[in-house]
Amino acid sequence: MSNSFQVVVCASVVPDPLQTLEPVSGPNGPALKNEMMLPAILDPWAAHALYEGANLVKQVAGSSLWLVSMAPKAKLQQVMMTVAQKVPLQLVAVDGPSSGFADAHQTATTLAAAVRTIPGIDLSKLLLFGGWESASRSAGVTLQLVGEELGIVDQFQGVDAITPQTDGSFEVLERIEGARHQVSVCAGPPAVLGWATGSLGEPRNDPQVGMANMRTLMPALQRAMAGTVSSDGLHYANVTTPKQQRQTRIVKDMPTDEVARELVHWITQE
Amino acid sequence: MENILFLAHSEADGTLSTAALEALGAAVELKQALNGTLAVALYGAQIQSAADSISACGAQRFLAVCGEEFATARHATDAAACEALVRASGATIIIAAASSRNSRVMGALAHRVRGCVDTHVTDVTASSGAPVVTRWFYRQRIEGSLTRTQRPWILLLDPGVCSAWQGTPGSITPELIDVPISDSLRRTSVRGTVTPPADQQTIRPDAKLLFVAGAGWTKKQKDGQTHVPEAEAIILDFLRNSKASLGGSKSLVDLSGENQSTLRFMSHLNQVGQTGATPRHPKGLSACCHGEEPHTVGWRFIGERRAINLDPNCGWARGKADVLYVADAFEVMSKVNALLAAM
Repeated sequence: MSNSFQVVVCASVVPDPLQTLEPVSGPNGPALKNEMMLPAILDPWAAHALYEGANLVKQVAGSSLWLVSMAPKAKLQQVMMTVAQKVPLQLVAVDGPSSGFADAHQTATTLAAAVRTIPGIDLSKLLLFGGWESASRSAGVTLQLVGEELGIVDQFQGVDAITPQTDGSFEVLERIEGARHQVSVCAGPPAVLGWATGSLGEPRNDPQVGMANMRTLMPALQRAMAGTVSSDGLHYANVTTPKQQRQTRIVKDMPTDEVARELVHWITQE
Repeated sequence: MENILFLAHSEADGTLSTAALEALGAAVELKQALNGTLAVALYGAQIQSAADSISACGAQRFLAVCGEEFATARHATDAAACEALVRASGATIIIAAASSRNSRVMGALAHRVRGCVDTHVTDVTASSGAPVVTRWFYRQRIEGSLTRTQRPWILLLDPGVCSAWQGTPGSITPELIDVPISDSLRRTSVRGTVTPPADQQTIRPDAKLLFVAGAGWTKKQKDGQTHVPEAEAIILDFLRNSKASLGGSKSLVDLSGENQSTLRFMSHLNQVGQTGATPRHPKGLSACCHGEEPHTVGWRFIGERRAINLDPNCGWARGKADVLYVADAFEVMSKVNALLAAM
C-alpha cells in the first residue's frame, strides 16, 4: 500500500475533430463560431492519459484516480455522459473556458488550485497525468505549469508507457526525435506525465461503470468551482482559418500502368 | 529595448542541431528588426564546439551551463540550467527550437522566471517595435498572430519554419554559470533510448516523400479476402525503393490495439493527424486512406499531395489533395515498386 499512487488526470474538452471550426471575434478576444453548439469530446491525448491512469490504478493496489476538467459546465456534463462509461473515476469539475485561445498560464493556475482541493490528496503520492498537448491550444505547457505550481520537478512529456517497479519507482518511455523513446527511471511520485498515445485502446462503454460514476459525477458538476481566465497582457492581432483548399485533379479510368508511371515520375522528379 | 536570448542545448556530439540553428537565425533577425541585443545561452555536457560554431552570430554575451549532470534530457536538471541562464542573461525574449528536450522544460522555465511561453511558433516578426508571434491553434486548423506585454517571453520555434543561421566558426569563451544540483534533482535517471531495428525504422524525418497508409490495406479486397502480408510486402518494398517516410492513419494504427490483423511495422509513432504527428515533407502520397479532416490536419506542412483511393468522393477529392487517383492501391503500388526497382 505504501507504493500506491494517486493519479490525477487533467483533461480539457475540445470540439469534435469532425466539426468545421471558424474563428470569430468575441468580447474577450477570439472564439469559435457557435462554440457552445459544437459537439465536444474529451481531449484525445488526455483521454489516452485517462485510460492509462485507470489501467495503472487497477494494477497498483490502493491507488486512486481523479479527473480534473475545466470547461463550461453544460459542455462538461455532455462529455461526461460518454467518458463516465469508460473507466471508474472521480470528477473534479471546474466551470470555466475551454477555448484554445485561453491563456495556458492562468488555466494552469486554476487547475492546480482544483487539484489542491481534492479531499485526501497526498502530493507525495501524486502522479499528474494529462495529454502532452491539447487539441485546442496545443501549447504543451499547461500540464508543466500545473506541475510547477504544485512543486513537482520530475516531469515527462510525450509518454507512451509507465511501468511501476516493486520498490515504488517507475520506468517511463518518452517520445523523442527520430521515432525513438527515451527510457528514464524515476524514484517515485510526485511526477508529471504528459501522455502521447500510450498503448491502450479506447475502453468499451460499460453501463455498470457508467452507473457507478454517475452517483458522484452529477454532484461534482453541481459543486463545480468557477475558473476565470483573463487575457492578461495577451493580445491577438489576427486569427484566421488558413487557405487550404486545393484544386484536386480526380483521375478516373486511367490504366494502372499509366498511374504507376505518372506516380514514379512525380516521386523521382526534384 | 528587447534583450533577446537564443537558448539551446548541445547534442550528444557537442554540436547544435539544425533546428537550433534555425532558431538562432530567427533570433538574429528579430534582434535586427527590434534593434535589440542578442545573447547566446547553451547547456549540455559539452558546449565548447557548439559555442565556437556560432561565435560569429553577433551575440554580445555567450553564457553556458555544462557538465555531466546536463548530459541527458532530464527535466529537473534541464529546468535548473535554463532558469540560471535566463536569470543571468536578463533576457526579455527567449528563442529556442522546439526539440523534445527544450519542449519538456519551457513551461517550467516560464513559471520560474515569472514569464510566459508560446510554443509551435511558426513566425516571429516585429511590428511597431514589438515582437508579433504567429502560431497554430486547434491542431493546425486555425492560425493566429499575437503579442504579449509580459516579459520574459519564451518562444519555441517549430523546426523548418526559419532559415538556419550560417556563419564561419570561430573561437569564443562562454561565461560559465554554476548550477548546484541537489539530490532532489537527481530522482530521475535517464537510462538511454530505445530505437527500432534499422530494418524496421520507417520514420525518416528528412525524407522527400511521406507515404501514408490507411486502414484500407487491411480490409477485404476484390476477392473478398484480406491480404495483410501482401500489403506489408508492398509497403516495405516501396519504402525501400523510394526512401520515403511512413505514416499511418489513426484507424490503421488503432487496429493493432484491437488485436485485429494489421501491419506489424505500424505503430502509434507513425500516426499522422489530430492525435499524431504533423511531419514536414516536400511531397506526400496517401494510399487506402479516406482523407478525413482529423487525419489531413497532420498534412498541413506537406507540399505536393497525391492520393490513391477507390472512392472518388473521399476526403482527398474535396480539395485536400492535388491529385486523386481512383484506383486499386495494391495494383498501383505493385507496379510502382516494379518501376522503382528497375531504375
